Amino acid sequence: MTPDRHSARPLPAFSRMLRLTRPSREDAIAFVILGGLAAIFFRTAEATVAPLSTLQLEPLTLDPSYLPYYALRTVLRMFVALFASTVFTLVVATLAARSRHLGQLIVPALDILQSVPILGFLTFTVTFFMGLFPGSVLGVECASIFAILTSQAWNMAFSFYQSLRAIPSDLEEATVIYRLSPIRRFLKLDLPFATPALVWNAMMSMSGGWFFVVASEAITVGKTTVTLPGIGSWLALAIGRRDFLAVGEAVAAMALVIVAYDQLFFRPIVAWADRFRFEMTASAERPRSWVFDLLRRTRLLPVVLAPLGAIGRLLLAFEPRVGRRKAIGPARSYPLLEKVWQALVIVAATAALVLLSRYIMRSLMWGDVLTAVLLAGLTMIRVMVLIALASLVWVPVGVWIGLRPVWAERLQPLAQFLAAFPANVLFPFAVMAIVRFDLAPDVWLSPLMILGTQWYILFNVIAGASAIPTDLREAAWMFRVRGWQWWRQVALPGIFPYYVTGALTASGGSWNASIVAEAVDWGNRHLVARGLGSFIAEATTAGDYPRVALGIGVMSLFVLGFNRLLWRPLYAYADRRLRLS
Amino acid sequence: MAEAAKPMLVEVKGLRHYYSGQDHLVLDDVNLTLAQDEIVGLLGRSGSGKSTLLRSIAGLIRPSEGIARLVPGPDVPDPTVAMVFQTFALFPWLTVLENVEIGLEALRVPADEARSRSLAAIDLIGLDGFENAYPKELSGGMRQRVGLARALVVNPSLLLMDEPFSALDVLTAETLRTDLLDLWSEGRVAIKSILIVTHNIEEAVLMCDRILVFSSNPGRVVAEIKVDLPQPRDRLDPAFRALVDDIYARMTARTEITAPMRADGLFPGTGIAMVLPRVSTNSIAGLIEEVDGTPFEGKASMADLADSLQLEADELFPMAETLQLLRFAELRGAELVLTPTARRYAQSDVDQRKALFAQALTQHVPLVQHIRRVLDERASHEAPARRFRDELEDYMSEDYADETLRTVTLWGRYAEIFSFDEEADRFSLEDAE
Repeated sequence: MTPDRHSARPLPAFSRMLRLTRPSREDAIAFVILGGLAAIFFRTAEATVAPLSTLQLEPLTLDPSYLPYYALRTVLRMFVALFASTVFTLVVATLAARSRHLGQLIVPALDILQSVPILGFLTFTVTFFMGLFPGSVLGVECASIFAILTSQAWNMAFSFYQSLRAIPSDLEEATVIYRLSPIRRFLKLDLPFATPALVWNAMMSMSGGWFFVVASEAITVGKTTVTLPGIGSWLALAIGRRDFLAVGEAVAAMALVIVAYDQLFFRPIVAWADRFRFEMTASAERPRSWVFDLLRRTRLLPVVLAPLGAIGRLLLAFEPRVGRRKAIGPARSYPLLEKVWQALVIVAATAALVLLSRYIMRSLMWGDVLTAVLLAGLTMIRVMVLIALASLVWVPVGVWIGLRPVWAERLQPLAQFLAAFPANVLFPFAVMAIVRFDLAPDVWLSPLMILGTQWYILFNVIAGASAIPTDLREAAWMFRVRGWQWWRQVALPGIFPYYVTGALTASGGSWNASIVAEAVDWGNRHLVARGLGSFIAEATTAGDYPRVALGIGVMSLFVLGFNRLLWRPLYAYADRRLRLS
Repeated sequence: MAEAAKPMLVEVKGLRHYYSGQDHLVLDDVNLTLAQDEIVGLLGRSGSGKSTLLRSIAGLIRPSEGIARLVPGPDVPDPTVAMVFQTFALFPWLTVLENVEIGLEALRVPADEARSRSLAAIDLIGLDGFENAYPKELSGGMRQRVGLARALVVNPSLLLMDEPFSALDVLTAETLRTDLLDLWSEGRVAIKSILIVTHNIEEAVLMCDRILVFSSNPGRVVAEIKVDLPQPRDRLDPAFRALVDDIYARMTARTEITAPMRADGLFPGTGIAMVLPRVSTNSIAGLIEEVDGTPFEGKASMADLADSLQLEADELFPMAETLQLLRFAELRGAELVLTPTARRYAQSDVDQRKALFAQALTQHVPLVQHIRRVLDERASHEAPARRFRDELEDYMSEDYADETLRTVTLWGRYAEIFSFDEEADRFSLEDAE
């Protein structure tokens, strides 16, 4: 029996899907692109299963002719991580949304993991994966991929969960009335509804992943350092050797790679996912992508989408038979089981807390905790000052751009690109400047934290300013509202909800970036700014796990506290008072 | 009676429903049966729990007490339901055809059969040519036709309709109603019975063989009305008008049946525990002016008012009852009669109107008196709104408490009895007087 026994529509014949016609120029282009991608994929996959010794046989070189290959290895790693994150998201977030009990555990966990500094996971997992595939590059690859995954998965899962919770109740009721099985419901309602938000978050996650590529490709196990071929390792080596040119080449390669996967991968997906946007009115502006148009024109789109359909049909093969409709009586509840479950959760949480604190306290004193908290205070001051400074600069600029549609259209993608660009590759230049002019690292390393995250403020403010209704702007102009009054009564209230979103993202990102920004190397020069970030970074280098755990714990608490006490109230205020609808 | 001989399709016995966790009763001891070959309407205002009842029968929610079940019979061994939603509930990423096929796919109907049955249903409902359109390309009326086709294609024994035409404009709604009645009376659909939830009295009289009138807070069946007028029915037929008037009167009188209630208030609860609907001061003024002017001259039937103001009964009732509460009008059967105060109000200028309104508020709305007294007694002449909301929640659900306080805030501010700072969520006497 074939797996698609139950499916309503069998897979059409391959030739019909292709609708073979005379080949056109577009066909040729599409064929070359797809063929090239396939070749690259297999060539790279071959290298990942090689024995570990090959890494020593072929050490990393800073030869530019190798750079494209390294870039591909890195990109492949990131896409594998993205794929794994997507699978994780679909399973875990769906469980959390469907089961109240699991949701109770998963949702807070995701919320916390979202704000935990990702770098901290690396040290704990490398040993595990090395043991899983002894003597093979695959083990190290897995550790590296897992590290990237930890920077992508949580916010994707959280967004998916939130989408599932936001599904309109009438559609949910329709799936019950028309007796869709859970699997079918997932395929017909949950997945399509959540897709647009998931794609957007996957793009954000991809940018986040870049940030830690440098850290995840050069892995230290005990006394030996394994260097995986990749753009991150190249960069690490270039920094170690103070090779200015090589750093520049890596930056250029990254820029090219980011543009390439944005154009070839994400844009087409965004254009495709637009059909799943939940709206009942046709919107004027649709996201466009030349690759998507190309695929559609060459009728390759069904071929590209066929695997997705096949997976769906495979899932439907496991669909249970339709049950008979039962008479509905009063809701049954099991108060005793409910209490047992609650008790179990509390016991497990207490046990975990005790274990963790004993692990940390075995080698640490209360004084260490105090130190970590004080250092966190320093980092917090940095984050707050930097967000304030960045706001002072980017709010006026963003408003100026946002009110001019022509400029907004041109600069919005640029701001998004800058947000996606891993700012840590630019750190060496800052270090050189600090060394040259003999500046205080405590102050001058700080701006690095916001180098990559300030763009979130900019593009959110641009979006906010362009969303201020024309009639409001015209009314303000008619009544001669100018200068400070205009900012106070028109522009600032108009952009505030958007600004809060941007500043929240920027602040979270800056906390995370502090781990790489507060301790920076350039050759043998090692610059440190006192703060929680450098505390974690140095504990990681020293392999001092209890300190790493302590630092991560304290940082998570601070980020959570920041979100709860500052950003959420601001968000609620914006939502209540300043929503333009 | 012919209906009594028909086999039963739905049985609802002793149904009660509480809002989860709270002791707020939505449906109270509802019993009803639905026979084959009839269209039954559930008529009531928002908060009467009629949608909750519909969803209990659909199996979407479990009632707190009692049962709602489909009864298997000799010719329907395995009764099934389908539902048409007020908001259409179409999947925007599926085409018209795919939306219609969804129920058949779930039942594992073979692909070819599902396709041909769906096309037939689309044809039947008058949408051929739009099979490959997406819902967003269609008008509201066409979308609801897709919803109807999706329900009909699975051949349900019972068709449940949840205010199916209330999101459509008047003309579109009328066309759809007529089309559905034609299909039904010509026997072109396999449905045994239709249960329709509505707050539109004329719609109920137009379509139904039997109408169950619900009271609100909590929802109870307060009247059962048989409609024996032959189909197709004519809105201008005097018998039709008489029936509509009769139902208006019953919906007005409904409060005399429900338990503890002061003779002067139509709203559930007494004193400060009275639940107040959200009726704006503009609506109050507008309604008084309408009844005061020609052709009504101070006295209008509710059905005529609903027509001339283009309001649904659901919207008109709270306004009329607010007038009654403030002693601006009296509901006599299905007629709204203005009091002399209200006629004076209609002729007054803005300041006099405010004074009259303030007087009526302080005399007849206990919650306004209460807030004002608290503000007067305090040295600061200030009080947090939270305090009153908490107080109200002792008598009613959180939502009702919130709405009641909002309404009182709106009225009190307009009458300048007290002022309110939304940011601080606090009442004061600052600008009042």
